[in-house]
Amino acid sequence: MSLKGKAYIAGIYEHPTRLATDLSLAMIHAEVAKGALEDAGLTNADVDGYFCAGDAPGLGPMSMVEYMGLKPRHIDSTDIGGSSYVAHVGHAVEAIAAGKCKVALITLAGRPRAEGMATGTVPRSRGGTPTPDEPFEFPYGPTVVNMYAMCAMRHMHQYGTTSEQLAWIKVAASHHAQHNPHALLRDVVTVEDVVGSPMIADPLHRLDCCVITDGGGAIVVVAPEIAKSLKRPKVKVLGAAEALKTQMGGKVDLTYSGAAYTGPPAFAEAGVKPSDVKYVSIYDSFTITVLMQLEDLGFAEKGKGGQLVADGNLISGVGKLPFNTDGGGLCSNHPGNRGGLTKVLEAVRQVRGEAHPKVQVENCDLALAHGTGGSLGSRHGSATVILERE
Amino acid sequence: MAAQAQAKERKLPAPAVSPETKDYWDAAAQGRLLVRKCTACGEAHHYPRTICPFCFSDKTEWITASGKGTIYSYSVMRRAPVPYVMAYVTLAEGPSMMTNIVDCDFDRLRIGQEVTVVFKPTDGGAPLPMFTPA
Repeated sequence: MSLKGKAYIAGIYEHPTRLATDLSLAMIHAEVAKGALEDAGLTNADVDGYFCAGDAPGLGPMSMVEYMGLKPRHIDSTDIGGSSYVAHVGHAVEAIAAGKCKVALITLAGRPRAEGMATGTVPRSRGGTPTPDEPFEFPYGPTVVNMYAMCAMRHMHQYGTTSEQLAWIKVAASHHAQHNPHALLRDVVTVEDVVGSPMIADPLHRLDCCVITDGGGAIVVVAPEIAKSLKRPKVKVLGAAEALKTQMGGKVDLTYSGAAYTGPPAFAEAGVKPSDVKYVSIYDSFTITVLMQLEDLGFAEKGKGGQLVADGNLISGVGKLPFNTDGGGLCSNHPGNRGGLTKVLEAVRQVRGEAHPKVQVENCDLALAHGTGGSLGSRHGSATVILERE
Repeated sequence: MAAQAQAKERKLPAPAVSPETKDYWDAAAQGRLLVRKCTACGEAHHYPRTICPFCFSDKTEWITASGKGTIYSYSVMRRAPVPYVMAYVTLAEGPSMMTNIVDCDFDRLRIGQEVTVVFKPTDGGAPLPMFTPA
């Protein structure tokens, strides 16, 4: 069964905070849920489907359902890291199409800054029973940044991608972030600024890395008859796909991401092609993440992503493929180290015509949002959604 | 910076040993690198599993690896108390494994470089197989 047009995104909300010292995790979940439901013109009493991931306190969705006074008849706490919430949009459409719910609420919250977490540069063990991979990895010191750095190193070796090309991705994000009053980093930077910033893990510099922020966001996905009854612009979900990419038993290939698995089915379901898309929200934990996903989704031939992203081509109003017009994770927000949900939010703003006027893409009737979760260099989740204005 | 850094020793956490991987770590303590190979499909894999991740046969066995390989990719982790090199090394036997490159000038490493296994002590556990330029 195709899910094309079986549900709509009716409400979104992004928490304005970037440092949540005075907020609990549960408070942020509830505040973003309230914000998205009010945006849609709904209340917590209308919610009959609830989706969250590992950032929610407690066992799966249990504590948050109780805390927010929800009575869902459909629940889903699939956790594939930062890509979870993009996958949840697809799951919500599936559940709505199957008649399991009509108003699906997806929430995300995190406060790594308030907790002083060394997100990218310290190896992390999950604790408890180790995963089968952990003894063969954790003692060597894999961190978020050096695992993504190995992808960049291989891409440069194999395709001739340069640090300057990667830097253009950050430059484009910074051009957008200057117009976002909530963005953590609002200064426009240059290619020279990026390649001149301190090397963290070769070949990734400090400015190749995303921000670490507190905050969160929420999405409300509804059945067509609910969408018709609401006053907001109608954002139809045209296609969705999810996948995992692994080390494949040792047949390691760092030149592509799970987007190579999710792009083709999402486009096929939507019945559109990459050249039809007016705006893209692309997971931007690091500059290399963006470049690889753009190639894998079909916006550039494999190995030619460097040419696609260079010379301002990702800047709204300047280039051919405007991306992450809120400033993305590179400059604005990466709440809880999970950037997938905010990717969907800016795609919805663009399709509604409600992005900041300085970055709003003209006649933006078709947008794509893509998330990556986990580690690009070992195992990660991928999820793609394609959205259309009706 | 790199020359100084590689002279310092990192404290390495001990790997957690399971019934499935005890032989691997026991061999490491004797200075031997093991690889798990499937006798049904003929493919070697890493990290080691009892059931082959390719054909799902349970006819897998340990083989002693040559200890030779090439660097598939790497990154010098500069932002660490003692900088170190994360890498994937593709073993002569086929699979690529996550590891560190050690005992060398970090600034002279390159992808495709030939490396050979060395074992480095951990904090109270089995030693870790790492690699150094051949």
